[in-house]
Order: sequence, then C-alpha cells, then structure tokens
Amino acid sequence: MKQLDLNRRKLLSRALALGAITALPGCNYEDPAHPDVADWFLHKMSAFNDEMQALLFNPNTLAPTFSPGMITNPPRFNAFYDMSQAPVVDPATYALELGGQIQDKQSWTLAALRALPQEGQITRFVCVEGWRVIGQWSGVPLGYFLHRIGADVTCKYVSFKCADGYYSSIDMASALHPQTILALDFLNAPLTAPFGAPVRLRIPTKLGFKNPKSIMQLAVSNVYTGGYWEDQGYNWFSGS
Amino acid sequence: MARDGSTQARPRPIHPWPLRLMHWLNALAIVMMIGSGWQIYNAAPLFNFSIPETLTIGAWLGAGIAWHLAFLWLLLANGLAYLIWGFASGHFKQKLWPILPGQVMREFIAALRFKLPHQKGVYNAVQKLLYVGVIFAGLVVVISGLGIWKPVQLWFFTDLCGGYYIARYVHFFAMASIVAFMAVHILLVLMVPRVLPPMITGGEMPEGQS
Repeated sequence: MKQLDLNRRKLLSRALALGAITALPGCNYEDPAHPDVADWFLHKMSAFNDEMQALLFNPNTLAPTFSPGMITNPPRFNAFYDMSQAPVVDPATYALELGGQIQDKQSWTLAALRALPQEGQITRFVCVEGWRVIGQWSGVPLGYFLHRIGADVTCKYVSFKCADGYYSSIDMASALHPQTILALDFLNAPLTAPFGAPVRLRIPTKLGFKNPKSIMQLAVSNVYTGGYWEDQGYNWFSGS
Repeated sequence: MARDGSTQARPRPIHPWPLRLMHWLNALAIVMMIGSGWQIYNAAPLFNFSIPETLTIGAWLGAGIAWHLAFLWLLLANGLAYLIWGFASGHFKQKLWPILPGQVMREFIAALRFKLPHQKGVYNAVQKLLYVGVIFAGLVVVISGLGIWKPVQLWFFTDLCGGYYIARYVHFFAMASIVAFMAVHILLVLMVPRVLPPMITGGEMPEGQS
C-alpha cells in the first residue's frame, strides 16, 4: 500500500511537471536531472549533430595558423572558476596516468613528455560563447603519443580527467588530427596554472571547452564518458 | 469554376501548397533560430547591449545553442527546397522578376502615401524587392552562420565573410535585416488582413491572371 502511494505521488508530481512544461515551452535543458520533452528532442538533435560533425570532419583539413604578431596579448583566462582558484600541480612529482585500451600504461613524467618530439602552432581558440583569441602552444602531437603508448586507435574515444575536477572526451579521428597536441608550452614558456599547467589538450579543430587543462589522466576506450559541460547540455563533438 | 459554368477547371490558388508549407515551416524555423540566436548573442555581446532574456529561446547558453543547432537543419532543408522549387516551378521568374528601379521608386512613394492598391496574386515592385532582399539575407545568414559554426571544416564560408571575427558581425546584421523584414511584413499583413487566409488555404487566383 505504501509502495502504491509512493507511485501515485510520483505520478502526480510528473503530471505537475508536465503541466509546467506546457506552460513554459522550450525553456528547459537546464536541469539534466529532470529531463522533459524539450530535453529529449534537444538530446536527439545533439546526437544527430555529433554524427553530422563526424561526417563533416576531414582529417586533412588544417585549422588556420597565424603570424606571431597576431597573438592575443594578454591571453584570456577562462574556466568555471576564478583565475586565483586554478589548481597548482607540482611539476616535479607530476605523472600523467594512462588507462583503458593502452598496451603500455606506465605513467609519464613531464621530463619524459618533453623528451618526445614537439610541435608548435599559432592557432585560433574559439570559445563556445562566441569570442576568439589567438595563442601559441607547443607540445607532443597526441596522435604520435597514442601510437607510442600502444593505444588501440580503433577505439571511439579519448577521455581526459583534470586536476580541477574538469573532464572531457573527444572522438578518435579528432585525437589523431595532426594539430591535436598535448601542450606543455604556451606563448613560448611552460604552461602556467591558469592556462593548464603542466599538460593541457590543444585541439584547434574543436571549441575551447574541448581543450581540457591540467590533465592528470588519459584513457582510450569505447565507453562514452561525456564531459563537464557536455553533461550539462553543450554539444559533445563541438567541432570547429 | 468560371461564372458561365463552361469549364470545370479547379481555380488556381494564389499560393500553391508547396509555397504555403515552406512559408510556415520557415516561419517556425526563423523564430526558433532568432530567439535562440539572441540567447547565444548574450554570452558574448558584439555591441553595448544585451537582448532581454524574455525574448530569448533557451534558458542559458547551452540551451540556446542546442535549439539553434537543432532548428538549423529545418531552416537549411526548407530553404534549399524553396530555392529549388522557386527556380524549377518558375515561381521566381513569374513573381519576383523583373524588378525595375523606376517602378520600385514610383510604387514605394505610392506605398508611403497608402495609395498602392493590393492586387491578388501579383507582387508589386516594392514587394518584389523586399522578397528578393530577404532571400539574399537568408543566404547570408546561413553562410555566415555555417562559417561561425565550422571555421575549420567550412573555412571557405568563414573566409567569404571576412574571417571568423567579422563573420559574427555579418551574421548579426543579416539577422537584423530579417527581423526588419519581418516587422514590415507583419505590419503590412495587419494593414491588409485579407492577404493572410490565402497563405493558409491557398485562396483563388482572380481570372485572367497569370
């Protein structure tokens, strides 16, 4: 009987929720814990847009590069917290942890990462909000790194976990793009805490929030892990 | 349905059904695109103003983008269908062409004096110019929008608009032109309300008109 009452209450609250939706059409997608009809539609369309962007993605199309004179100075900080709260990772004890479908899961120190071939780029960083900056990054090409550690590059996803609790994931095709790098340097100097020290992803074929900072863990798998913003409603692929 | 009953031919509609269908699908798409676009604009305003939140679609940036990229496909598919149909059916040639500058001037002045009569099934020169103008604005808004969305993969659209930074302004002003068109369009329908039912039912073309 108690169970029945609970169910009835649940039904009632759902009916009330439905009423609220019809009163406020199209104003949701703000509470992932309580999806409604509009959320269902938007999620379906976002998944469709992921597929369309994967089709549109050309592995040989390079993001435009710029001259040193066009670099945005001072650089623009952006995160879901204030600049002073950026996580400080000790570079001496740092080790990048690896997981998932990878043969050699030994973690990587900064010195070991720096000993690998480095690539530099001056590219445009486009924020999901619409603004853009131009910056200079250099580091280890992610495609090279994935092959070096024996990652199964037939997997769908490369996922990242960061020192500040941020997390994100990208598709394998974009991970293998020649301009996708595990950046160690920004503006010709080692990354600083607000800009993602000690290691960040720099992927100019995607929006800014797909460039996670202060990466602690990297995993390769077929399991979708979403992301900090993606789980709140930003489109997952978010290609440029 | 000729008056003497000599022919059984069905009257030709003022607006054929594909046009009516595409008109209302476009109305839905454009309202959703503009409302959600205003929400996106507010995340990084180009000018010293923001759009009032009550006019935007989507409660926050993520929702605005989700609506914008969802209805993008309706706008795109419907717009392409309209262009193909418009050329293939002869609609553009018959209804929107030619636009003669002298006629536009005369009829514009007549319209300002409220002395431009509405003829069923015929577009006057000012209407023609406005319709061609809004089709052009639609092309610009789509091209600049795709250039902003995909400045790497669709770089040619971005370049066509003068780069990513300028493309945002191009997109904004194309949107503003469409909003201005809609204001005039809706105002004229309010002033001559008998033009509205034919856009729903099709209406009947007066005899002797092409």
